[in-house]
Amino acid sequence: MMGHSGDPCAHCEEMMQPYLDHILSEAEMREAEVHLSECDWCRRRYRFEESLRVYVRQVVSEPMPAALKQKLAALRIPLD
Amino acid sequence: MPVASVARMEASDATRIAAGARDRVRFEEEALELSDQVYRVARHLAGSREEAEDLVQETYARAFRSWRSYQPGTNLRAWLLRILTNLNIDRGRRQQRTPPMQGLEANDYFLYDKLAESDGALSDEERVVERLSQDDIVTALSAVPHDFRDVIVLVDIGDFSYQDAAQILDIPIGTVMSRLHRGRRILKRELAESVLEDE
Repeated sequence: MMGHSGDPCAHCEEMMQPYLDHILSEAEMREAEVHLSECDWCRRRYRFEESLRVYVRQVVSEPMPAALKQKLAALRIPLD
Repeated sequence: MPVASVARMEASDATRIAAGARDRVRFEEEALELSDQVYRVARHLAGSREEAEDLVQETYARAFRSWRSYQPGTNLRAWLLRILTNLNIDRGRRQQRTPPMQGLEANDYFLYDKLAESDGALSDEERVVERLSQDDIVTALSAVPHDFRDVIVLVDIGDFSYQDAAQILDIPIGTVMSRLHRGRRILKRELAESVLEDE
């Protein structure tokens, strides 16, 4: 991730999702961490993107209906 | 054949059958233990709660019948999801057209910018997301076209690796990555639209 230039952190934008996915190389991860510690603009966006992922996962997770669980257990093939 | 040999053979058959039954029972128990996780993913691969319940039942019925084709030691959750996504496709879901995408999701920070803009002085990014209601998110996710939604649901909600998602959906890993990238943007665009509607 590079510092601000004409287009603020355009390169960082490309790196943000791969960074959140932990698929950057070690060198890139280090570079990203150093940059995030220095750049408030990117840090805010990083914190937002990370929170969004966690939040989406939380709110869309619905427990399985108990009746369905029973129906699944009933599908087991009885022993002869 | 001497009687003793027949008896021995029957005894070994009985042992084999008993071992097979044990393996099957173990398989069924392990599969059932994963049912919460399977449902969680199925709920958003399918269009509705009812459809998800049907799909999960069909998946388990098929899994219990064809348990021998599961290779012990491999990822059982991915195996179950592979059955589930195939059933989902068989239901003719793919007939639904994927609407053409406009260039609205050009910027990855589109949603952040919208929320930040309408929030004035923005201090706590972790709290900003809470402006989105559960309904906003569920609706936005269901508005993402299937091909993109499948990978988001598997990777971001189901915690599957890119590799597992590629195997489950039978697509190359590069396609998983590009759909994920695009799909997350579409999701954020949908969320941004719901924020704009609320205003």
